[in-house]
Amino acid sequence: MVRSVLFASAISALAMGGALAQTAVKVGVLGDRSGVYTDISGEGSVVAARLAVEDYAKIDPSVKVEVVSADHQNKPDVGAAIARQWYDRDGVDVIVDGVTSSVALAVNQVTREKNKVLIDSGAGTADLTGPQCTPNTVHWVYDTVALANGTGGAMVKRGGDTWFFLTADYVFGQTLQRDTAAVVTKNGGKVVGSVKTPFPTADFSSFLLQAQGSGAKVIGLANAGGDTINAIKQAGEFGITEGGQALAGLLVFSSEVHALGTKVAQGLVLTEPFYWDLNDGTRAFSERFSKQMNGRKPTANHAGVYAGTIHYLKAVSALKGEAKDGAKAVAKMKELPTDDPLFGKGTIRADGRKIHDMYLFEVKKPAESKGEWDLYKTLATIPGNEVFRPLGEGGCPLVKG
Amino acid sequence: MTTIFGVPTQALFGQLLLGLINGSFYAILSLGLAIIFGLLNIINFAHGALYMMGAFVAWMLLTYLGLGYWWALGLAPLVVGLFGILLERLLIARLYKLDHLYGLLLTFGLALIIQGLFRNQYGVSGLPYAIPPELSGGQRLPFMFLPNYRAWVVVASLTVCLATWLVIEKTKLGAYLRAATENPTLVQAFGVNVPLFLTLTYGFGVALAGFAGVLAAPIYSVNPNMGADIIIVVFAVVVIGGMGSILGSVITGFALGLVEGLTKVFYPQGSATVIFVIMVLVLLVKPAGLFGRTA
Repeated sequence: MVRSVLFASAISALAMGGALAQTAVKVGVLGDRSGVYTDISGEGSVVAARLAVEDYAKIDPSVKVEVVSADHQNKPDVGAAIARQWYDRDGVDVIVDGVTSSVALAVNQVTREKNKVLIDSGAGTADLTGPQCTPNTVHWVYDTVALANGTGGAMVKRGGDTWFFLTADYVFGQTLQRDTAAVVTKNGGKVVGSVKTPFPTADFSSFLLQAQGSGAKVIGLANAGGDTINAIKQAGEFGITEGGQALAGLLVFSSEVHALGTKVAQGLVLTEPFYWDLNDGTRAFSERFSKQMNGRKPTANHAGVYAGTIHYLKAVSALKGEAKDGAKAVAKMKELPTDDPLFGKGTIRADGRKIHDMYLFEVKKPAESKGEWDLYKTLATIPGNEVFRPLGEGGCPLVKG
Repeated sequence: MTTIFGVPTQALFGQLLLGLINGSFYAILSLGLAIIFGLLNIINFAHGALYMMGAFVAWMLLTYLGLGYWWALGLAPLVVGLFGILLERLLIARLYKLDHLYGLLLTFGLALIIQGLFRNQYGVSGLPYAIPPELSGGQRLPFMFLPNYRAWVVVASLTVCLATWLVIEKTKLGAYLRAATENPTLVQAFGVNVPLFLTLTYGFGVALAGFAGVLAAPIYSVNPNMGADIIIVVFAVVVIGGMGSILGSVITGFALGLVEGLTKVFYPQGSATVIFVIMVLVLLVKPAGLFGRTA
């Protein structure tokens, strides 16, 4: 009896020795798989995470990664419940994607409470690295301040100094309007009015008419996804752009421009940190992504899932067994400089903000476009340290302390 | 300039007109639902999915076969109607003897499946569908810029609603239909093929949804969720009008479009909720709906 117990413990010790040499982590892709953001998140995010795991296996094969995914249906309560279950029961170490601001803020709190990691690439709210910042969250791709600085600043400089906002009536739309209005006023422009639209809205004609009546030079679309598509489509119908008013898409992803087609979307100015056709690195990634996604090109959010996962795995390799401590993993991520083929070299600040360049794009005219995904021409590159909110101004407690 | 509650009257006229246009969609969709409920006693939750299908069929006709908007206006309702007939024969017909709830669950499940299939194939961002060249551009009215296409939507939907109402109220076929609604057994005893009537009625009801889908394709985003977004509102319209009341559903459809349009001026945030508030009030005061008969 005693001998068999000894034998058993010897075996388990051996088994544990084997396990120690390998670090196992579980990545949870939490996104919208059925609602308005499915095309910027959804299965594409899972594909991006898998590609990251595949590529990282070549760098450090000792890290074993499992990828799971779920649909938060754009509901904060659903998102928080999934995060809790993943952390408590299913052994998930890191949540990526996290599209939709309201859900992201909820998951942000759960992640801190459970001391895990959230690498949010899909959500827009700059509060994630502002008042709501935590030692467990990294905000990767963009935020409302950067979009405001990019598109808002550029439009005012081009003469669009009076603004009317169509604002999606939830946290994302409101912060986007607030941040853009601040940039517009700072650059000498003026906000003449705004209207809060229910989320989601199919018919914008009434709101567009109000915007038209305001006489503003620029109509700022502080919304996203299907709302933006409907608004742009109907603006064309009501002759808004022909009447001399410009549309500013404050958050537009390439998948949406693709859905509109260049005929409807031409001339639209927007800010994005990623476009599939930027350089050889982005093209190679997009090629692989496309093959698994029915020919679709990746959006900035998908690129963020890929790059964020790679960088997290680098921190895991550096920490070995300690990676299960979420705050430590994020601290390591902030310490290591970021470098990936999609966003280039960059850093993660103390407040969790990932810093990289953003680009001001204009949608091509149908005559300039060579294929259905040939959508943008680059107007300007905006350096990371100019486009994102300065470290001290966000009100993040981590920075003050 | 004269104003009402701080809103210029001219702007108000514009908003009312837009409300009427949105009401057109509510009217056609709720008309189909009312016919189906009136005759089949089925609460057709798949209606939104079939409306979406109408828009997608229009897109497919253009993309794969090169057939434009006017073809789609005739063909898409036909395709959706045939699909509906198939559904009715294979699945829905088996539930007539059971409680309403089973029909609701079945059609709700069908809606999820149809939407899921389209989402898998086409994603959610939607597909481009242009306004036909004959109807692009618009008129500059004294109080607003009215796109020609929107004017066409109101005309088309009013015509279809009126024609449907005439057929049901004024023709022999309509008389059979109404009789079969009232007492199917007796009507069958007179030698009328009631099951065939039921099938064709379902086909026609969903063809109306397909027609609305084609009307919507050039102005709304053509995506798999477009039906799910509108169907809840349309159900509220049917409940307010009175389940099964054909004229009621059309009038309520247009009226609620107007109410929604007004809300978009005075309190835009509430425009998604106002119809449901009205529904609650109507149910409290008149549980059978404004035009419904109390059983």
